[in-house]
Amino acid sequence: MKGLLDQQFENGGVIITKVDDLLNWSRLSSLFPMTFGLACCAIEFMSTGSTVYDMDRFGMVPRATPRQSDVMIVSGTVTFKMADRIKQLYEQMSEPRYVISMGSCSNCGGPYWQHGYHVVKGVDRIIPVDVYVPGCPPRPEALIGGILKLHEKIRSESRMKPTAIEQLMNKESQHV
Amino acid sequence: MYVSLIPMQKTDLYFSPLAQILLFAVGGILFTSLALLTSRLIRPNRPNAQKLTSYESGETPQGLAWIQFNVRFYVLALVFLLFEVEIVFLFPWSTVFANTDLNNQTDGTWGWFAFAEMLVFIVVLAMGLAYVWKMGHLDWIKSQPQSSSYKSPVPARLYEDINKKFQDSTHPKV
Amino acid sequence: MSERREQLLSIIREVSHEEITEIPNSTPFGLIIKKEVLSSLCESLYKNPSTYFDMLSCITGVDNGPEAGTMEVIYHLYSIPFNQSLVLKVILPREKAELESIVSIWKTANWLEREVYDMFGIQFNNHPDLRRILMPADWKGFPLRKDYKHEEYYRGVKVEY
Repeated sequence: MKGLLDQQFENGGVIITKVDDLLNWSRLSSLFPMTFGLACCAIEFMSTGSTVYDMDRFGMVPRATPRQSDVMIVSGTVTFKMADRIKQLYEQMSEPRYVISMGSCSNCGGPYWQHGYHVVKGVDRIIPVDVYVPGCPPRPEALIGGILKLHEKIRSESRMKPTAIEQLMNKESQHV
Repeated sequence: MYVSLIPMQKTDLYFSPLAQILLFAVGGILFTSLALLTSRLIRPNRPNAQKLTSYESGETPQGLAWIQFNVRFYVLALVFLLFEVEIVFLFPWSTVFANTDLNNQTDGTWGWFAFAEMLVFIVVLAMGLAYVWKMGHLDWIKSQPQSSSYKSPVPARLYEDINKKFQDSTHPKV
Repeated sequence: MSERREQLLSIIREVSHEEITEIPNSTPFGLIIKKEVLSSLCESLYKNPSTYFDMLSCITGVDNGPEAGTMEVIYHLYSIPFNQSLVLKVILPREKAELESIVSIWKTANWLEREVYDMFGIQFNNHPDLRRILMPADWKGFPLRKDYKHEEYYRGVKVEY
């Protein structure tokens, strides 16, 4: 039997809208990031979590396991050796799951784009990414900007079936 | 409802203690299953092969999740159980021991007699405890750090000289 | 300082009767030796009471390119009691680059030689566990060679930018 959250509703009017708002708000207010620091961006991620740039005020408490986390912040260089593990961990996260690619290396390979035979040029070659945060490394304010962008994206999600136009516009839709 | 021998009104509702326990159990089961059922109806269910594997930091899990545990747990539990049973036997004895009626009738010898009997019981078990203690069954084996058996050809005196040379806070020029 | 070098040179010449050339203008003091004499020389340098080279700091490799046709393996030794560094260089032909492993003398050579193998493809004989250490186990090619070209796709992921 398909769960209610798995289905998309044709009409329901104000009830669906209110449920949408509630669900989206509750999801974005407690995004648990999975601690996935690979390199220098991890240090910036850690300082985003500590005082001044506090991540906890957004409800983000780092969880060590993919089973309990909502968002995977890929911070650091992704090597081919690590790529298998990233894929496995992404698959082990439970829906709804989001990915923030933090820093140059995970966006596009970064400073290793030309000669880095061991670097995956962008983590989006392995897993689907929702928000890209540029920088090398991005300042904590930039990462928080990226998190707020993710909040906007979550706010626009809906349990309603997309209209025909919307269906044409987004052929690949990852989240309900 | 329980049909009792004392005359009851038709409107009385009587729950025997056993029935109360049954109601409690049924209520508990109902409550938890309601919670689980609701969440089953609502949550998404999208399993795939990789998602169902055990978590092992991204690696493919190797070997069983069942590991061998220290048998000391079993030994200690067994010894505990034996002495727990001894304590359980002390409770009914204490009701008989403190019986003032019997004590008065025998001028106090009943108390001494009961006490001596229990003392014999406890001494027998205490000997068992002493045996277990002495034979080391109560010890928890701690792992000893293994030092390597490698012998370096360099005599230790040379390293001590180097340590002494660098011990001063003013670093000597080498 | 140079008397120390002379002393070292004399000890080394005692052990290996082969040709030893000094690397000009090198800090630390460096010598080019033949690969046959490497193992015995390292052992004697380790155990000799006047040298006691008890620490292998680094093993590194150099590829001189297909035209020159040689590869080099460079050993950095350090003596803690005497505060003395020494560099030993072995020159190998590029086609048949293999060398004796010195794991029996310094345990750290295990990983250091694995790294040289991973990056250059130099085989170390009698190594207990010669496999890749930095690149993934099924990577093709030896990256630090001068004529290295990476593959198009590795496990379905495009390698190039």
